[in-house]
Amino acid sequence: MSELPADLRYTKEHEWARAAGGELTVGITAFAVEQLGDITLVNIDVKAGDTLEIGKAFGTIESVKTLSDLFAPVSGKVVRVNGDLTAKPELVNEDCYGKAWMIVIAPADAKAADGLMDAKSYGEFLKTAAH
Amino acid sequence: MTEAPLRRTSLYAEHVAAGGRLVPFAGWEMPVQYTGIVDEHQAVRTAAGVFDVSHMGELRLRGEYASHVVDYLVTNDAKRLADGQAMYTCACNERGTILDDLIVYRRSQDDWLVVCNASNRDKMSAHFARAAKDHCDFEDESDATALVALQGPRAFEVLAKLGDDAAKLAELKSFHFRDATVGGVRCTPARTGYTGEDGVEIFCAWNDAPALWRALLDAGRPLGLKPAGLGARDTLRLEARLSLYGNDIDETTNPIEAGLGWVVKVEKGDFVGRAALMEIKARPLPRKLVGFEVTGRGVARHGYPLKDLAGAPVGVCTSGSPAPTVGKNVGLGYVPSAMAEVGSRLLVDCRGRDVEAVVAKTPFYKRAK
Repeated sequence: MSELPADLRYTKEHEWARAAGGELTVGITAFAVEQLGDITLVNIDVKAGDTLEIGKAFGTIESVKTLSDLFAPVSGKVVRVNGDLTAKPELVNEDCYGKAWMIVIAPADAKAADGLMDAKSYGEFLKTAAH
Repeated sequence: MTEAPLRRTSLYAEHVAAGGRLVPFAGWEMPVQYTGIVDEHQAVRTAAGVFDVSHMGELRLRGEYASHVVDYLVTNDAKRLADGQAMYTCACNERGTILDDLIVYRRSQDDWLVVCNASNRDKMSAHFARAAKDHCDFEDESDATALVALQGPRAFEVLAKLGDDAAKLAELKSFHFRDATVGGVRCTPARTGYTGEDGVEIFCAWNDAPALWRALLDAGRPLGLKPAGLGARDTLRLEARLSLYGNDIDETTNPIEAGLGWVVKVEKGDFVGRAALMEIKARPLPRKLVGFEVTGRGVARHGYPLKDLAGAPVGVCTSGSPAPTVGKNVGLGYVPSAMAEVGSRLLVDCRGRDVEAVVAKTPFYKRAK
């Protein structure tokens, strides 16, 4: 398992969020990618300006093996979506914390990210979740 | 809720050592993948792969009337088999729907082996035991028998490194088998498979499987052989349009509509399901199992509804996934016969999103001879 970036926040659904300039960039963690295997399709069902509700699906990700929902880690408005993933879903396997970011959200609550796990808590969560 | 503990094959430690991710499957703890489904899939298509399929059921019928019992329970004609020959077949119930799909092996006129799916082992074991009663000896040898599949274009190069006898297995004809020694292990390789590639499936004593497995891996690794899990097994068989029991066929489907009419020999004499199958064959089929390619953005999965272009439900997807060698998202599903022609367009309801698909020629992948 690769190291968890310390500057990110995490969810139990294995998503990460990076806070910068009042916005949150969201993607899925290396653990999620490893569980899914070879990613073949990323469908982001929201567009800039849409409203997101915490815990609701904003898209799906397909691997050879299975399909998984992508959940909004916080409530807010969609600022941008990563259009590159449409043509290059393999970016998720290659660079899940970088080029494979999925959406940028302007959180309804500026402190929303504080409610998510930090790298240490998520690391502990993985230890109990993994089997 | 009570759940029986998962069983482990004699290769469990080998799977763990190879980094296999183990998942529950038909009551067994089996490796779904080691290095990755696509990686293993490509290894089987371009070099070789080795699979643990020890969870499958082995039923042995012996005695003067064993051939009659076997032939009465299966749709294909067991009487056509010679010693050392095997055949693919269905076993149906009286309604002509599918109890299981099997490979039947004739060791001799009075010694038969029937290999069934792991998920159907108890059902088929009881079915054959009941028919054998008072007619021939029956034994469920599943617990004593391991099964290792070696598949891929380099499979016989791997065997050539494992002794003189193993080297001669290249002479084995398709759907034939014999006793052999492979890497020092006494075993029975059959030239069969479930991947669309050439290769063998090798039966051996339960506790001999680790030695066989290691011999195959050691000999094969320099040739590109990899251990392959259930994930790759599924994508490989789907590309080759080989049916998966519980997905594409089950007790609600008959062999004719499933495209398995070639293993139904109504002219062979009486067998379970014959009358129903003759009725089914005499009338136009309401529906057929077809292959399709997803042309829109989506992956069809088992259970997704299929619709006509107007959005009306017409059938169901029974298997679906990305097809690594074909490079497309493909699937199998039942559709009305009027929509079964190659080129017919349909929609796959991917969890509320209708994605376009087109009926395609199968198998999706066919190896060069």
